[in-house]
Order: sequence, then structure tokens, then C-alpha cells
Amino acid sequence: MKHFKVLGSGCKKCATTADLITAKAAEMGVAVEIEKVTDMGAIMGYGVMSTPGVVLNEAVVHSGSVPTAQNVEGWIKS
Amino acid sequence: MFELFTRLADWSAYGILGLTPDTPLGEAVHFFIEDVTKIFFLLTIVIFAIGFFRSMLTPERVRKVVAGRSRAVSYPMAVGLGAVTPFCSCSSVPLFIGFLEAGIPLGVTMSFLIASPMINEVAVVVLAAAVGWKVAALYVAAGLTVGIVGGLIIEFFKLEKWVEEYVWKIRMGETGLQQGATTFKQRLDYAWGQVKEIVGRIWIYVLVGIGLGAALHGFVPQEFFLKYASADNLLAVPAAVMVGIPLYSNATGVIPIVEALMAKGVPIGTVLALMMSVAAISLPEMIILRKVLKPKLIATFTGILFVAFIGVGYLFNALLT
Repeated sequence: MKHFKVLGSGCKKCATTADLITAKAAEMGVAVEIEKVTDMGAIMGYGVMSTPGVVLNEAVVHSGSVPTAQNVEGWIKS
Repeated sequence: MFELFTRLADWSAYGILGLTPDTPLGEAVHFFIEDVTKIFFLLTIVIFAIGFFRSMLTPERVRKVVAGRSRAVSYPMAVGLGAVTPFCSCSSVPLFIGFLEAGIPLGVTMSFLIASPMINEVAVVVLAAAVGWKVAALYVAAGLTVGIVGGLIIEFFKLEKWVEEYVWKIRMGETGLQQGATTFKQRLDYAWGQVKEIVGRIWIYVLVGIGLGAALHGFVPQEFFLKYASADNLLAVPAAVMVGIPLYSNATGVIPIVEALMAKGVPIGTVLALMMSVAAISLPEMIILRKVLKPKLIATFTGILFVAFIGVGYLFNALLT
């Protein structure tokens, strides 16, 4: 199962990002696990300075903005 | 080039709506229509062009470039890059920690954070279109200088002790992430995405700013400003900066107000001090930075900016009026 982490200190964009992944996965019928990471030390541990960031199976795939729907689709398919 | 918008406003305010020029309501509505069309047009064009041509400038990249440089280089670099690097204010905290973790001095980091909300390339273009290149250039020069001086003062007094302790313990990981648009199509998508994101974030500030500017323009008589806000009144500059502290807006949102005030004869120093104060000092930003800075450092930081903006106001009023 794909494991997503959304990195961000609880700003609005981070919530939007998590919702987007949840919605896309449901739409595509793929089971995913989504975890919100808000601890600053953990976020920085991924080398991410601009939030929201997205981690897929422990690899950073995105940072600095709400990802596009195509991006999210790509990750879920990959 | 911008005459088009004046004519459009003439046509819709006086023609379609049937208002009379030189009446308060006519002037205010004219100002509103002209500025709404002009500013949103400019915002779209400028953000799109910058998004298209600029290679991705991310905070991560800035951190790498600034780290390990001498102060003579890192201070000017920090304010310059602070002005042009896009980042959402909710990223201030990770950015702050990431800079310090890379060994970038606290003063340089603060310089970056001071310059960032105050100056950005979009606001500079809109400011130039509203009140001319000279004023825009002065604003940029003053903003960069305040950023450097603010950082140097924080460094001089060794205020690292007022940074929250946990910040120094965080270690940053390496990431191989290199995002960047390369093909023509990707660049177009990225640029358009930037327009949607930035306009979506700031339109409300811009609209409120234009509304206030239009009200000032139409309904507040020139005599009022001549009486209370002339260069002779030494209290006008501190009052402008004070007014700006609780007000919070994106830099672009203040521009219509700047435009209206300058047209009423308020001296340039007073107006620019107001703009800097509105853009740079804001409660939401302070609350975010409270996560990494102790209250004493936040107070010091605000105090430095307060004094610096008053200085900028007096200086420009003395030199240019």
C-alpha cells in the first residue's frame, strides 16, 4: 500500500493537499495511507523548507505548493 | 500604455453610469474602475511572465547559495533574494530553521525575512505603473537598506540567545528533489499556476486597497492632508508608521492607497513609510515567527523596523520635498 506523508505545520494549504490526495485515491479506488507530519524537526529531516511537502514511501516527491491533480494522480498510479 | 485604463474608466464611470467628473462619487468610482482593471491586468501579465522565464527559485536553493559566504556578500544577497524568492508566509518557520541550520548567521536570515514581504517584483512593477519608476526605485532601495541594517543590528547585539532553543537542535536532511519546469508546455502550466495561486491569495487585499484608495481620492479633501500630513508636521511620519502596524496587507494591496495619497500631495517619505509598515510589520507574521523567536526578539525586530521606517520617511521628506 502507498504511504503518503503531508509535511506542513498545519497551514491551510497543507490540509488542502491532504484532502486532495484522499479525494483522488478514493476516486481512483486505490487504498492509500495518509499521515500529516506537523513536527518541525521531522519536516526538516526530509530536507523540506517550503511547505506543504509530500512524501511518498519515504521519498520527497513535492514541496512548496499544493500539488496539481495530475501530480497526485501520477503518484497514486506509480 | 495605461491611458487605455483611464479611458475605459471614463467611459464606464461617466458614460455608462452617468456620473459627473469632479464630484466625489464620480472621482471615487473612476479611480476604482481604473485601478481594478489596471492592477489586475498588470498582476496577471507580470506574474505570468516572471513564472515563465525564471528558473525555479526556491528557498532550498537560496539556502545553498547563501550559506558559507562572507557577510559582505551574504547580506546583500539575502535581501535581494528575499525580494524575489516566492514563499508562503506559513513557510517562514522551516525557512528560518533551515537557514540557521546551514550556518547562515541570524542577522542574514532576519534580513531575508524583513525584505521578503516588503519587496517583490510584482509590487514593484505595479508601483511603477501607479506612481512612476523613480518612486518605485526609491522604495526598493530603501527596503533593501532597511533589510540589511535590521539584520546587522540583530547580529551586532548577538540576539541568538533570543531564538528558541529547540531550533538549534534540528538537523536538516538531504533531499534529491529538484523540481523545475523544463519544456515549453511545463513552463506555461507553471506560469499559469503561479497566476492562479498568487492572484487567488492576494486579490482581497488588492480590492480592499483599491476601495480605500478610491474613497480617499474622492471623498477626502486635499486640505485635510495639507493640514495634517505635510512635511512640516513632524508627527505625520511616525503616525503613518503607527497606522501601518495593525494594518496588514500584501505589498501590492497598499499601492492604490499610495497612489491616492501622493495625488493629494502627501510627501513621498510619509507615503513610503506607510507602505513599508503595512507590508513588513504584521501580526499574523509575528504569530508565525513566535514559534522560533522569543517575545524579546520579536519586540526588538518590530522596534528596529519601526525606527527604520520613520528614518526612511524623514530622510525622503527632507531630500525630496
